[in-house]
Amino acid sequence: MSNLLDLLVAGLATGAIYALVAVGFMLLWQTSQTINFAQGEFVMLPAFLMLAVMHAGAPFWLAIILGILLSLLLLGLGFKLLLVDPMLRHGVLPLAIATMALAIGMKEAVKQFFSAEASPFPSIVPAGDVSILGRVVSLQSLGVLALAIAVVIGLTALLNRTSVGHQMQATAQNPTVARIIGVPVERMILLTFLINAFLVALASLLITPIYLAKFSSGEILGQAAFIAAIVGGFNQVRGAIAGGLLIGVVDNLSAAYVSTQYRAAVPLILLIVIILFRPQGLLGRPEERTV
Amino acid sequence: MRSGFFAGFLLATVSAAAAFAQGAPIKLANVAELSGGGATVGNNWKNGIDLAIEEINAKGGLLGRKLEVTHADSQSNPGVARAQVQKALDSEPYVLLGPGYSGSVKVTAPLAAEAGIAQIMGGEAAELTQGGNKFLFRTSFGQQSSMPKVAKYINDELKAKSVAIVWVNNDFGKGGRDVITKEFAKYNIKVAADISTEAGQADFAADVSKIKAAAPDAVFVYVNEEESARMLKELKRQAITVPLMGETTLVGQKVVELAGDAANGARGHVGLTTDAPVDLIKAFREKFVKKYNYVPDHNGLKGYLAIYMIKATTEKMGKVDAKAFADNLHGLTIKAASEPGILMDVTFDEKGDIDRQGFLVEIVDGKQVVKQVLPKLN
Repeated sequence: MSNLLDLLVAGLATGAIYALVAVGFMLLWQTSQTINFAQGEFVMLPAFLMLAVMHAGAPFWLAIILGILLSLLLLGLGFKLLLVDPMLRHGVLPLAIATMALAIGMKEAVKQFFSAEASPFPSIVPAGDVSILGRVVSLQSLGVLALAIAVVIGLTALLNRTSVGHQMQATAQNPTVARIIGVPVERMILLTFLINAFLVALASLLITPIYLAKFSSGEILGQAAFIAAIVGGFNQVRGAIAGGLLIGVVDNLSAAYVSTQYRAAVPLILLIVIILFRPQGLLGRPEERTV
Repeated sequence: MRSGFFAGFLLATVSAAAAFAQGAPIKLANVAELSGGGATVGNNWKNGIDLAIEEINAKGGLLGRKLEVTHADSQSNPGVARAQVQKALDSEPYVLLGPGYSGSVKVTAPLAAEAGIAQIMGGEAAELTQGGNKFLFRTSFGQQSSMPKVAKYINDELKAKSVAIVWVNNDFGKGGRDVITKEFAKYNIKVAADISTEAGQADFAADVSKIKAAAPDAVFVYVNEEESARMLKELKRQAITVPLMGETTLVGQKVVELAGDAANGARGHVGLTTDAPVDLIKAFREKFVKKYNYVPDHNGLKGYLAIYMIKATTEKMGKVDAKAFADNLHGLTIKAASEPGILMDVTFDEKGDIDRQGFLVEIVDGKQVVKQVLPKLN
């Protein structure tokens, strides 16, 4: 039982990071029909941007700020203007393939210009332990979980309680009608890309101290986020959140109680079951597009 | 008159060819893990090789000929390693260097043996030199040499009665796990948890939870460098306080750099360390840091030693003869007094295994501290 609590906390902490990435993944799909197969590499890159700033002599806090700003510029604005806009007019599939190429390009570029070896990355959550129900629980796990949940709550509030959020929802549901009623659709789509860039930068900040900064670290994250978005429901923020948390917990439990070798297979089996019996995902709605 | 002219021409051509061959560079081929999970291993190994070659060439080369090496990336993938080794052998190198991963060595060793080319590699799996391959040579201890020392230390010094074993599910990890399990049985040490992990694994939370549940007296960690660092961080995160013991891959320089404070207290047996209390190794470390601006791990030493193994053997033969190289290295003892590049006295047996002094180290304040020097056996 005590072991189960450890596994749940660790699984939820990792799952919360998956959720951030999955939410961004889902937002891009909903507003611009972009299936971003480079989403994992989008999580990998901000850590290296921050490390580059630190290597230039900046303190960690400044590296975080500059890293997030550079992410917004490169992974938000640059991604939309230089890749998505020119490719989307040729259809969803060419764009999806282009993002696969982008993923390879990003990995190779980081390997070339930084290193093929892993690098250490500082944690924003201090090391230490707290006692919960008589069990020693890592402060880092709790900190990661709390921060990720706070961001998700903030994002949900933005989407559901603000005018901008409603305009984004209108853009996702029917861009033509949204345009007629005066919603600045293009600006809303750009905002979605910027939100995704912010989410991946945050996920990078939280996960890299654990996974280490490495050019290939996005592979696992991209796959986990993709599965989480589909399992949770590809058309709902809450679905992507639930999917992320579920995949994090399932991954940890399967590693502990099934086997390490098959841990990667269990989320995929879950994905297949969901596609067969509930194609809209656990919390998704059939044929509805909303953020 | 005419036939005399042709005879003279032929003689001149043959002489020129012989002179060209005499001065032509000696070609070496290196296939290593320059990217992928073993990038730390491969890049240290490569840099050690380049440093040694630079030194030897600066002093006039080997038997008057320059050394030249080509580097190929196995991407830490045995399949790619095999293809790269085949390609390297097609260029007929004097000696093949690498790979560092045991799994890659296992699939490439038959190719080098078939070509009759000696292969000096970094793999440590026990089985590599047990199959009768006469062309394969280690640069460090095999698991059959190192694991008994680790088990003895856990029994005698740590007084552990139960140990959790964490190993990576590849040839290196399985080999180490099998040998250490047998050694533990000799001391009646119980294996409290037997945890296999995957190469390149990023998340060790579940594995550490299993260790926590098993409550062992000590943990033996036998995974590759990057995974060791992630494991150490997770062990600290989950407040595991029992002694952590391992081999070179747990207490290497790169692990310490990646794991930070979490590496403190980890102990291990290392065949090679740049923190060894040996003057020649200290000098090597200085030269390496000056050239590459970082402290190498044991793989940097291995690469460096591989080149000096070639130098010592070739000088003993007095000629560059790829086919005779392996025969001459078997049974050879190279003294550091006569060949300083070999750093410590070393003997190669008939299987290609080595006998050399080793060290038991502990990480204290982010640095390897040598606790015991284990002497050369013969």
